[in-house]
Amino acid sequence: MRTINKLKPGESGTVLEIGSSGALRRRIIDMGITPGATVTMKKMAPLGDPIEICVRGYNLSIRKTEAKEIAVEKIANFCGEKAI
Amino acid sequence: MIQTKNKILIKKKLKTLRFALIGNPNSGKTTLFNQLTGSTQYVGNWPGVTVEKKEGKAKYLGHVIKVLDLPGIYSLSPYSPEEIITRNCLVNNPPDVVINVVDSTNIERNLYLTTQISEFGIPIVVALNMIDIFKKRGDTILVNELEQKFGVCVIPISASRSEGLENLISTAISIAKKNNSPVRVKNFYASEINCILEKIERIISETQQKKFGSSRFSAVKIFEDDQLTLEFINLDKKQIDKINILKNSIKISKNVDRQIIVADQRYKYICEACNKAIRKKHKRKKETFSDKIDKILTHRFLALPIFFFFVFIIFNLTFGSFGNFFKEKISWIVEYPITLFFSDILSKIGASTWTKSLVLDGIIKGVGATASFLPQIIILFSLLSILEDSGYMSRCAFITDKLLRKIGLSGKSFVPMLMGFGCTVPAVMSARTIENKKAKLITIFVTPFMSCSAKMAIYSLIVSVFFNENQPLIIFSLYLMGILVAVFSALILKNTIAKDSDASFIMELPPYRMPTFKGLFVHVWERVKDFLKRAGTVLAGCSVVIWFLESFDFQMQMVQDSQNSILATIAALIAPIFIPCGFGNWQACVALVAGIAAKESVVSTVAVLYNAGNTAELSEAISMAFSKASAFSFMTFVLLYTPCIAAVSTIKREFASYKWTTLAICYQLFIAWVVSIFVFFVGNLIF
Repeated sequence: MRTINKLKPGESGTVLEIGSSGALRRRIIDMGITPGATVTMKKMAPLGDPIEICVRGYNLSIRKTEAKEIAVEKIANFCGEKAI
Repeated sequence: MIQTKNKILIKKKLKTLRFALIGNPNSGKTTLFNQLTGSTQYVGNWPGVTVEKKEGKAKYLGHVIKVLDLPGIYSLSPYSPEEIITRNCLVNNPPDVVINVVDSTNIERNLYLTTQISEFGIPIVVALNMIDIFKKRGDTILVNELEQKFGVCVIPISASRSEGLENLISTAISIAKKNNSPVRVKNFYASEINCILEKIERIISETQQKKFGSSRFSAVKIFEDDQLTLEFINLDKKQIDKINILKNSIKISKNVDRQIIVADQRYKYICEACNKAIRKKHKRKKETFSDKIDKILTHRFLALPIFFFFVFIIFNLTFGSFGNFFKEKISWIVEYPITLFFSDILSKIGASTWTKSLVLDGIIKGVGATASFLPQIIILFSLLSILEDSGYMSRCAFITDKLLRKIGLSGKSFVPMLMGFGCTVPAVMSARTIENKKAKLITIFVTPFMSCSAKMAIYSLIVSVFFNENQPLIIFSLYLMGILVAVFSALILKNTIAKDSDASFIMELPPYRMPTFKGLFVHVWERVKDFLKRAGTVLAGCSVVIWFLESFDFQMQMVQDSQNSILATIAALIAPIFIPCGFGNWQACVALVAGIAAKESVVSTVAVLYNAGNTAELSEAISMAFSKASAFSFMTFVLLYTPCIAAVSTIKREFASYKWTTLAICYQLFIAWVVSIFVFFVGNLIF
């Protein structure tokens, strides 16, 4: 299954499910990354990690290890951020 | 009689109202707080500026209003200390009204918190902040629609431009006055879930159980298996069984749990509401202004060079010729006009030599010596404040995360550590934004090794005497040494006590903002005020005490030679410990002890002890007492040993453990001692 970290910069995906557990999982959900939400990969940090994503109209930085826990379905030809 | 009755009536009319500001980090709560109370809390563009709750007072049409600024939170889950503070405040000491600050430019995630607060059952008014920026984009919002959907009053405001504030306050007051009527909680969930929640509500209401917030809030939390709420409510066995049956009655697909269901339904509800309420002018441009800046500042190849360039600029402006210029000017003012002024006055009023000595040798010399580095504090904090207000600080965390992770920290540790170069107290406090306990512990542990600005005075004094040719290089090497010790200590902790400290790193990257002059001023003024307060109290006090101890002997006779003073006798007992470090003289010892009260007192103490009236005298005295190697070793010890009392007490509060605090202090003393012995040894070979 594709996870967020597999998206290339500029690509978007719809969140399918969220792994991880406990406080971390809760934090991910609270930040608006819920099943069905659209996530856009913006860029990687200069050293390759963490990554910057756009979700619900704002920018969020998460580590690759966390991104690996979030499964997405790639959206074809999606351009621009998800509208607020 | 009648008069007293009237007084009581008036008092009743002016009943104090309590407003609490709650909102996401970076939603402009602190700006609104400052506008409402007229106070000057400092505002940063770094999530988590308000780490503690702050209270201020406002007056409006005869009402006295206490405004509470709570730390920014994303949710009432509660997993972070900020969330716990906020939740406890709502439970234990509920305000009359909650002003929920919502950033209209980031409305979905902000309203997520609104759904939770409104379920809590406390009267709430939504302050739709940054509406000016929202409108500038050409979008429109139907406020009525939002009000209907969320069952709360919504007031569009712009805290930074103080627009809509009167409307906000008067609405909040009228809501507060209607306090007695119960708050109607909106349902945000699909009928299936709502049905279950209602049943749970009924089950908890059966007995006179304590509730956590409203019964709806409690029900949702129980549905989510929130342990804290379950413990608080303390259901009996029968109730738990009933609830468990209800919980299991909904079908859950794979990899979805009840937490996700609740969050998902809330977000769905919000999305729907926003789609109805917000009209977009046109399709948003793909790239915002912030994105354009980010393209350069977090560029794959440019980001690190730019980052190091900024750090270099900060150091160069603060410690280079720019900062030194102002420092020398202040030294001159203290040495000549001020000292002359006071000695003139004292002579005119015929003060005794005793008084003269106290004022001139004790207070002015002590405080004056430290006042001279005020300009450097101002420069350093101005620059740090610009970094913070602009939003670059969170990018720094983004850039450095991978490096810091190697030593058990996270990108979020970067901010406390950088701020540590300014002052350890706020730096240690800002470590609260780190969620992972172990990473937070390591961060707090190593932050004091970031040389704080108060130590600058000591370095500049010693360096100007011994290392005049390459001042910046020597000072830079000290800072570097501090960083190396921090890295070394972090590595030790990571591999021993705080193993598996793989912190998560979920951090909002706020849009860049132009730093305002007001913000800069508030930030810097806060530090200057703090410094002046210390100068007036701790430093002046220390100087007087030290002056007394070194001017008198045990027979309370004024001594000619301070060698025979009380201070010398006591300090001579400790001094041998520092012989291997190269500074086993009693004066150095006293200075170090005084440095625990405040690092600035090291210089003032040295000035008083060597009875030096001006820089020239002080320099001469120091050049006699130290060699190059022992001076360097002394600076090393100052760099690494226990921070000032204020910092230690902050560290204690953040660790919430005497054990860890004691361990940290012992470790700092030990490492300072060992490293300075090493430095003295190497120094003797080189110099």
